[in-house]
Amino acid sequence: MLALYVRDLKLGIRAGGGALVGILFFLAVIATVPFAIGPELTLLARIGPAMLWTGALLASLLGLDRLFQADREDGSLDLLVLAAERHMLPLIVLLKCLAHWTASVLPLVIAAPVLGILLNMDPLANAATTLTLLVGSPAVTFVGAIGAAVAVTLPRGGLLVSVLILPLVIPVLIFGVSTAYASVNDPAPFLPPFLILCALTLFFTVLGPLAASAALRAARG
Amino acid sequence: MTHLLYVAAAYGCAALGLGGLIAWIVWDQRACRQRLTRLEASGVKRRSERAPS
Amino acid sequence: MTETTLTGRFAGLANPTRFLALADRLILPMAVLSLLLLAAGLVLGFRAPADYQQGTTVRIMYIHVPFAWLSMMCWGVMSVAALGTLVWRHPLADVALKAAAPVGVVFTGLALATGSIWGKPMWGTWWVWDARLTSVFVLFLMYLGVIALTRAIDDAGRAGRAAAVITLVGAVNLPIIKFSVDWWNTLHQPAAVFRMDGPTIHPTMLWPLMITALGFTVLFFTLHLAAMRTEVLRRRIFAMQRLAARREEGRSA
Repeated sequence: MLALYVRDLKLGIRAGGGALVGILFFLAVIATVPFAIGPELTLLARIGPAMLWTGALLASLLGLDRLFQADREDGSLDLLVLAAERHMLPLIVLLKCLAHWTASVLPLVIAAPVLGILLNMDPLANAATTLTLLVGSPAVTFVGAIGAAVAVTLPRGGLLVSVLILPLVIPVLIFGVSTAYASVNDPAPFLPPFLILCALTLFFTVLGPLAASAALRAARG
Repeated sequence: MTHLLYVAAAYGCAALGLGGLIAWIVWDQRACRQRLTRLEASGVKRRSERAPS
Repeated sequence: MTETTLTGRFAGLANPTRFLALADRLILPMAVLSLLLLAAGLVLGFRAPADYQQGTTVRIMYIHVPFAWLSMMCWGVMSVAALGTLVWRHPLADVALKAAAPVGVVFTGLALATGSIWGKPMWGTWWVWDARLTSVFVLFLMYLGVIALTRAIDDAGRAGRAAAVITLVGAVNLPIIKFSVDWWNTLHQPAAVFRMDGPTIHPTMLWPLMITALGFTVLFFTLHLAAMRTEVLRRRIFAMQRLAARREEGRSA
């Protein structure tokens, strides 16, 4: 089990600088915002959390279609599905998701506060946004695993995965951003949305691997 | 009285949408039936290994 | 009716020829019934007095509310079909799912379109990010995703199972999306815009609404059945073409 995690982690880090490209994409998205809406600092600070969340969401969708496809191409996916009698398939999917998250999404979370400075966010909002990204982004990966598993047989499934996944992650986005805003705007309570965000992540931790493994079994025919 | 225009627009929209859907379903079905009859005419049989003509 | 005869009946429908015969018998009467219901409901609706607040625009309700209700019911039908695919492995279930999605997306799109046409005179704008509108909009996107998925995979069985997984995940997610959109909405717009209170609706308007809703429901099932019939025929064509191609191969070899 641990070996699988380490293997996927190594593959994820080595595969063509996946994390680096993700961060670059994130940076590009955030950098276009001031050009689009103007360099007014107060406005940038106000929409900062929302932009960081949107950018991170889009960037984390980038590599998702490769989550199972690389394994399918070299045949190890079949082995993993066949080994399901010894290890539960949802558990294997969960580990693969965690490895993917560590290799490609965690760097985005780490990069987020740096990009937040570019958007003139105050330290508290910046910290809160990073915290919500840290808590919320696994949910995106787990939901994304469903899309990746469904589209695993498609040669160019990347766009389709994004189209399928985006409506499903709207709740995560809503609670992530509103938690970040609640930390800055005084009357809004911080804890309730944050706890709901945690609940969403836990919920998708269960639902994502279960549905993804059902889809993987179905894809084998 | 411009409100009547909105009502007309809503009903027109609905008629257009439903009409398009029905037309698509009917057209699709007709195309399928035609291909099916053509296939049957060309001697393809389901579940029977009859020798081709 | 006992459980066994019910399942027996469904199992009988697994035979495509029997299903086609049943569909052929049902579609015409259902279409006529839905037309009659819709005509009756709309005539009643237009003879009912106009609402004192909204004037004549309230007549949009007779089509808007049924569309909105059916947009949700269609996802329910698709979820049942998805269960049928994944759990009972009924061969007709993925046909039902694939056929329902285009009908559902049209009904959802019409619910959004008529709603926004209704919103223009009432709210003064075509679109507000109201909680209900936003949820239906997300539902619309989910329909489009499922349609894209069923069209993207060539193998019918595999496409059906993939779509079934996504449909069920969507069904589980819909309440969450509804809840979070409600939360988001109260956060951003404390003042509630125009609310249509269902139960306090006047009976002269309620009756036509019920009749049109029923008519549109029958219309939905008619279209769904027709689309399913087409899908069954299409699969038969594929099977025959594959057979013909194999025979061609055998002859040349």
